[in-house]
Amino acid sequence: MHKNNQNTILKNKLSEVTLALKQSVKNLDSYTHVRGESLYVDDVNIRQGTFHAVVFDSPKAHGIIKHIDYSKAEGLDGVEHIFTYKDIPGENQIGGIFPDEPLFAEDEVHFSGMPIALIVAKSEFIARQARRLIEIEIEELPVITTTKEAKEKGSFINAPRSFSLGNTTDAFKKCDYVFEGETFSNGQEHLYIEAQGAYAEPLENGAIKITSSTQGPTAVQKTTAKVLGIAMHKIEVDVTRLGGGFGGKEDQATPWAVMVALATYHLNQSVKLILNRHDDLRMTGKRHPYESSYKIGLSKDLKILAYEAEFLQNSGAAADLSPAIAERTLFHATNSYYIENVKSTVHSCKTNLPPNTAFRGFGGPQGMFVIESAIAKAASEIGVKSREIQEVNLLKENDRFSYGQIAKLVEAQNTWDSAKTIYNLEALENEVEEFNENNESFKKGLALMPITFGISFTNTPMNHARALVHIYQDGSVGISTAAVEMGQGVNTKMMQIASDVFSIPLTKIKIETTNTTRVANTSPSAASSTADLNGKATLKACNALLKRLKEIVASEFKVSVKAIQIKNESVYINQKKSWLKWNELIAKAMLLRVALTENAHYATPEIHFDKTKEKGHPFAYHVYGTAILTTTVDCTRGTYEFDSVKIVHDYGKSMNEGIDLGQVEGALVQGIGWMTMEEIAYNEEGQLLSNALSTYKVPDIFSVPKNIEVIPVETEGNDMAILKSKAVGEPPLMYGIGAYFALQNAITAFNPNHKLQFHAPMTPEKVLMSLYED
Amino acid sequence: MIEFILNNKTIKTSLNSGMTLSDFIRYEQRLTGTKIGCREGDCGACTVLIGTLKEDKTISYQSITSCISPLGNAHGKHVVTIEGMNLQNRLNSSQLAMKSNYATQCGFCTPGFIVSLTGFALSKNEKTNENALNAISGNICRCTGYKSIEKAASEVCSNLNLHKDSISLEWLIDNYFIPKYFKDIPGKLNQLTTDTLQQNGTLYISGGTDLYVQQADNLIENDVHLIAENNLFKGVTIDKNECILGSNATVTDLWNNSELNTQFPNLRKYLKLVSSEQIRNMASFGGNIVNASPIGDMTIFLLALNSNITISNSNDDQRSLLLNDFYQGYKTYDLKDDELISSINFKIQREHSYFNFEKVSKRTHLDISSVNSAISLTVEKQTISEAHVSIGGVAAIPKYLHQTSEFLKGKNLNTQLIIDANEILQTEISPISDVRGSSNYKRLLARQLFYAHFTELFPELFTLNDFVQYA
Repeated sequence: MHKNNQNTILKNKLSEVTLALKQSVKNLDSYTHVRGESLYVDDVNIRQGTFHAVVFDSPKAHGIIKHIDYSKAEGLDGVEHIFTYKDIPGENQIGGIFPDEPLFAEDEVHFSGMPIALIVAKSEFIARQARRLIEIEIEELPVITTTKEAKEKGSFINAPRSFSLGNTTDAFKKCDYVFEGETFSNGQEHLYIEAQGAYAEPLENGAIKITSSTQGPTAVQKTTAKVLGIAMHKIEVDVTRLGGGFGGKEDQATPWAVMVALATYHLNQSVKLILNRHDDLRMTGKRHPYESSYKIGLSKDLKILAYEAEFLQNSGAAADLSPAIAERTLFHATNSYYIENVKSTVHSCKTNLPPNTAFRGFGGPQGMFVIESAIAKAASEIGVKSREIQEVNLLKENDRFSYGQIAKLVEAQNTWDSAKTIYNLEALENEVEEFNENNESFKKGLALMPITFGISFTNTPMNHARALVHIYQDGSVGISTAAVEMGQGVNTKMMQIASDVFSIPLTKIKIETTNTTRVANTSPSAASSTADLNGKATLKACNALLKRLKEIVASEFKVSVKAIQIKNESVYINQKKSWLKWNELIAKAMLLRVALTENAHYATPEIHFDKTKEKGHPFAYHVYGTAILTTTVDCTRGTYEFDSVKIVHDYGKSMNEGIDLGQVEGALVQGIGWMTMEEIAYNEEGQLLSNALSTYKVPDIFSVPKNIEVIPVETEGNDMAILKSKAVGEPPLMYGIGAYFALQNAITAFNPNHKLQFHAPMTPEKVLMSLYED
Repeated sequence: MIEFILNNKTIKTSLNSGMTLSDFIRYEQRLTGTKIGCREGDCGACTVLIGTLKEDKTISYQSITSCISPLGNAHGKHVVTIEGMNLQNRLNSSQLAMKSNYATQCGFCTPGFIVSLTGFALSKNEKTNENALNAISGNICRCTGYKSIEKAASEVCSNLNLHKDSISLEWLIDNYFIPKYFKDIPGKLNQLTTDTLQQNGTLYISGGTDLYVQQADNLIENDVHLIAENNLFKGVTIDKNECILGSNATVTDLWNNSELNTQFPNLRKYLKLVSSEQIRNMASFGGNIVNASPIGDMTIFLLALNSNITISNSNDDQRSLLLNDFYQGYKTYDLKDDELISSINFKIQREHSYFNFEKVSKRTHLDISSVNSAISLTVEKQTISEAHVSIGGVAAIPKYLHQTSEFLKGKNLNTQLIIDANEILQTEISPISDVRGSSNYKRLLARQLFYAHFTELFPELFTLNDFVQYA
């Protein structure tokens, strides 16, 4: 009876989800996507005479350039010019946070794949041929690839950062259990299917237009202006859409755009550069690998009384966004748990890998992996299930985070309890146990993964956006914002907002390209905040226009503004449909010389953070959720499958269930990929071994969980989120962390001697070795 | 002159036949719906369909990755890109399914999925969900997590199943799967000058699936000699107890062969582990053998069948040798400059014969093995009369395990024998640590896969525990 009830609840919830999916607005780009008519940088119709470029990069990870001979390459028929740092009229500097990264290496190279020159030729093929003819002599210097080595040698990007709450030293003394250990989580290649690229064309008066596959058009504009030594207004950056970004095009789309702009500046001809996959893999940074250590102290009743973690972040050869990513590791070091005494420290270690960069989660996942490892270790030593520790430590209303923010509208317990009851955790656990008792060569493992993720750029000044909304005189609407569409459906959400406010059909609204001449000084599309920031600005602009239109109606009909409504393209007075239609109202506004354009600015209220004290209120709100993951391990071969991932997720009040579910599923699978098959490998010389799609594997259609269920938790939503619809881009990636622990539990079921290790990813190799370790 | 039909347009070009089909489509024809993601056949964004006119005047369509396919292989064919699948003013059935299931996010991989799904609709394959997923197994999506795509594929499948018995070209046109012009293509293909291409190159290419990954620029620039259409090397024939694979035979040819599927009931299970549908449609057996990768899946498969290969030269002289005598060292083998492998043959299994193929890689599908292994045994009354074991990824060559095979022969099939045989196996292999795994892992995996052969073939006799509790 009890079980039947549960099935009914689940069934009802799932059919609600199905219904919502049917009703929600489809991605506005999907029509051209499925027809192959969507345009990406490499699809833009290029001007006659366009040159094509290829980057010449360092073959060594560290050394002094003794000699480079370009003569043979320059002599190749069809080669126009080879640009180096000597051709830079402004600063040879592209560093975003710190000025520590040259566009082109000068005397020294700091990572294998570091750009040295740009070969510009009549075709990409010729440029590639020319690249093979360049001769370079490098005096090699010692190469650092690991954080431990960097720390020993004192090689850091900046000073370490620490967050603390309470007093861990005292608290550990009161603990019944204290455990320590080490963890490692590897990097992750973004593998946007569209590789990095940019196209520059000369305009008049020395201006340059760049079409870029970037999440940060302003970063491209600002950096190009700096490198060329010209004013920002001379550089126009335009982005239609990205074929995937995931953070990899937040900062690291910039150099390629700057390079083509540099060539265009000199040649006064348009220049295109699309990295081929091998170049992209070799030259660009990835998710940061972390080597970490933890110390966790618990009471007899499993309360975590104290937690210390030290994170060694492998930042690569330059800062890039590493300091900000390191900071977010600290923000999420305790995941969904309230711990009274916390001390967490992060060191951004400078190594000779390509500068690592933003990747969905932005340091958060690396922090969460460590606390989950500490809990798994403690559970195993104490002899309880991890979930028993997880459960008693979940964050509650008004608990304090280690960075000072008070948790409000907390859904940690709610999503946890809902997941337990809706999916009947007890029955799932029994199934696993029963299966393991009856099977010798296959074992199942189950793990729970709660998540808590803060929404906002942790760098407070970045939390702003603008929207430029035009109502054209025929009643159609055009919207420009700072949001870059990269698959997350932000354009669809912007369109929904305008359609909602004006009550006109979606077909009357067009979302324009993201362009620095229409919306300037923007923050990148990142931190899951794009829809919130740009949506709030769009909402503001649309509301201002609506108010203006209503005022026209008020004077026409001699009624108060409050009595007026626009519904389905008709004007209503006191709930009664009038003769006035949307199109006529717009025409009237034109005659009355009322402005039909609005430019609105939104800056997130309330947030602040003081880096000198490491305290504040950095996040507009948090996103919560709980996942239950089940895996089956083939104990003969060490391979595995994920049977199911069952999630209760806090969407707030989702404004588009289809798009948001897509974000949850996509992020989850990317997170599982990071924890399982995606293995970045560098050798000791700093050469990337996983340098092709044949050696770096991302999930394919057969490797994803057989069953993924996502149920929204019932909440009131949060006013800081656009239409109470919470940010959804990054948080669900961290459900994937549970994959590691589900596998670990399956391994332990086969091999009780298995000594727990926290070394992600859990590849089939690690699984097999663990199954048969003594 | 290369002549073919691209969507609804006849193409005549004298461009280098070694240039990739994807470059021709995108940069010469400006059809930008075909995307380039990796240039090694690993992501599927460049998927197009290749239609071949059959004797019965119908066209058989297969999906391929155009980024590693030579332009010359399109000669005489119908090439269909995403643009050639679009209907006027409405979406086709696969497109509609992808849209309504939110199966497209950034959209970059999407055209490839649509092409593969349309290929599935056009294929003779039974319209099951499983076959629909196989059809898109070579398409990588980094955004969606695939669940929405699975739903779309299943919707396409049920739409096709509405008229299970009559999936004709006309039906597909009437039901908005493909545009009307498809019915004119057989006639148009007939009108092409399908003279054999003039070829002066010395670089022989069949499917190109390995060569274009390794040396695309070299092939684009130099004259190549395309042999995929050479009829002498084509097809799968069963002659009495002998199976003969033309060196141009593709993995798909094997997949589709009904007799072999009867002989090897798990054939498709094995072949599913070998690359993706797109690659299986192109990759040839001859190519897999001369690529000489120590980890070549089909080579390992053929070694355990104790296959022979037949080699011919420019004077049409033929010689034959055992595949396991062919390899001499890392990427070196017994083949002279003017010689080509013309066919591979093996005895098909008789009663009391057992065959198994195992493969483990980081990702189960569309990945290169860490270790693969195959075995064929003849066992009567618990006695092994014949044994051939092969293993890949643990030596410089695809390895035929002479001593292990020899050891098993004439012995009574029992647990101890297998444990002892593994000891011998371990002395025959010399794995190295690389990106596919450490040497210790490969040794352990070699043992496990060897045991797996026996638990798979004789589940009533052996369980995993029989072996590992003593190991």
